[in-house]
Amino acid sequence: MPEIRNYTLNFGPQHPSAHGVLRLVLEMDGEVIERSDPHIGLLHRGTEKLAETKPYNQSIPYMDRLDYVSMMQNEHAYVRAVEKLLGIEAPIRAQYIRTMFDEITRILNHMMWLGTHALDIGAMTVFLYCFREREDLMDCYEAVSGARMHAAYYRVGGVYRDLPDEMPRFKPSNLQRDKAELDRLNENRQGSLLDFLEDFTNRFPGLVDEYETLLTDNRIWKQRTVGIGVVSPERAKALGFSGPMLRGSGVAWDLRKKQPYAAYDKVDFDIPVGQNGDCYDRYLVRIEEIRQSNRIIRQCVDWLRDNPGPVIIEDHKIAPPKRAAMKSDMEGLIHHFKLFSEGYCTPPGEVYSAVEASKGEFGVYIISDGANKPYRLKLRAPGFPHLMAMDEMAKGHMLADVVALIGTMDIVFGEIDR
Amino acid sequence: MNDSATTTSDERLAELVEALIIAFGPKGCRIEQGLGEATLVVPREHLVDVATELRDGEAFGFEQLIDLCGVDYSAYGQAEWETSRASSTGFGRGVERDAELDLTGSERFAVVYHLLSVGRNLRLRLRAHVDTEQPMIDSVVSVWPVADWFEREAFDLFGILFDGHPDLRRILTDYGFVGHPFRKDFPLSGHVEMRYDPELARVVYEPVKIEPRTLVPRVIRKAGRHQNVESN
Repeated sequence: MPEIRNYTLNFGPQHPSAHGVLRLVLEMDGEVIERSDPHIGLLHRGTEKLAETKPYNQSIPYMDRLDYVSMMQNEHAYVRAVEKLLGIEAPIRAQYIRTMFDEITRILNHMMWLGTHALDIGAMTVFLYCFREREDLMDCYEAVSGARMHAAYYRVGGVYRDLPDEMPRFKPSNLQRDKAELDRLNENRQGSLLDFLEDFTNRFPGLVDEYETLLTDNRIWKQRTVGIGVVSPERAKALGFSGPMLRGSGVAWDLRKKQPYAAYDKVDFDIPVGQNGDCYDRYLVRIEEIRQSNRIIRQCVDWLRDNPGPVIIEDHKIAPPKRAAMKSDMEGLIHHFKLFSEGYCTPPGEVYSAVEASKGEFGVYIISDGANKPYRLKLRAPGFPHLMAMDEMAKGHMLADVVALIGTMDIVFGEIDR
Repeated sequence: MNDSATTTSDERLAELVEALIIAFGPKGCRIEQGLGEATLVVPREHLVDVATELRDGEAFGFEQLIDLCGVDYSAYGQAEWETSRASSTGFGRGVERDAELDLTGSERFAVVYHLLSVGRNLRLRLRAHVDTEQPMIDSVVSVWPVADWFEREAFDLFGILFDGHPDLRRILTDYGFVGHPFRKDFPLSGHVEMRYDPELARVVYEPVKIEPRTLVPRVIRKAGRHQNVESN
């Protein structure tokens, strides 16, 4: 009879369910995980060091590329940190726009998470449904910023521009010539971006119900997630969990409520909390968060309709002047030139600002020595401590559960490797 | 819940600062405040004591270590363009790229900890300076298990050693990487570049061919000089 012994299994870095470039070295006893050692850094681009060599504004697009499925929330943490250093505050309309787009981003992120998580553990259909809704929200991204993903829409002192009055429409193409079909696609795009979003918030809860019918009571889904990766509340705190990972373990902690920023103290929403701290509870928490995000978006739409106003501060040492002023006014031209060549200097000091990103607490720590570039920028990625807990969460589970764990952590390497 | 629901964050911070002074003042800790945040500067020999007390102490309860990072202060306050004399002499076009770094100063490296108390809704920053010659500090993994990877990262990027860390390996850089890339004396473009060599039929490392360049010079101007009168 052959001797039975532990062996080491290499998982990734190119594996479809590794969600990017995760390499796991697993020590296995048969099919049971004894120890797992995640090797990260394959996507390390040195964002923090790059930011040290750039004026503050030029780093905003880098923030999109950190957690590349919740782009605007990363920007939000960064611009808030710089605003805090400068001692300025964005106008109220910009705060509402940021709140709305943070929640749009949260839905985008959770749709991505739900689709891939379900796909990884065997449910194909949800993936297609989720990506259908992501498409609508990415059109909103595109409508305000011109980019579907890497928006660079939040600026220090506000947002790049006000919401557009017109929603882009589908045009006839080689693939799509049928007039009736085009009219159907463009039906909810006749008005402004806010009209489109209002329509979205009306039909979205029904769509979430659709996802839930596929998963929530699904026998296979429950077998794969209930009781997998259980983390107690005390342990979750000690391991540095945040966001849905912490709430899934039953800790009611949400920065949007506890340390409100932007317009979160002016909108109404609830924080869902799990009970058992397993993958299934974290799934339920995130599904409920999607519904709450929808509520917040709706409130922001209503407010933004009734309250026009500036969306970026008027201080042209920090925010660029209007294009017309730049073309016709000497002072505007000088401001524009200085701002885009040299940027602005911040007072010396250090600042930490955190937002409740979709995955947890995304923090930006800036040390400034008074220059036009940060002296040191540290990005606190929520996924980093979550992935660190992989060893502890996977111990004693089967190999197939590793995939469920990667899914439940909502791992994205853009932010973990930075 | 406790009083965190009824008091404002400023009041809670003021209370915290008082408690910190009483508890850690005798240990040589110092408090810096600014922008609504508090920093406790801890002498490195007391780090683990202070951390344990901050986690368990009744007045603190910082059960979460949110972030830990290294900082290299050797280029602090250095600019590449002299701006204060510029209005009388005009700008030089050249950028002084190779500013002199203070590589031997006693306060070159620091480790910064960001703490969060979920129960009391408080944040605190700790900073501990590390010896420059032998950058070593006690590990806080025993206090907050989450410090594990954060300390590996600080070791990888800055070369700060954490005494008592269970597994101090590199984490973000490549296998076999040489140097600590986030130190200020490490060039942005790095030292080596990598390509596939068809003759050797493997990947080879070579010294970088990129010329370092500065697109926007680093300038330091007096803060708030354009703002209202009170700052002048």
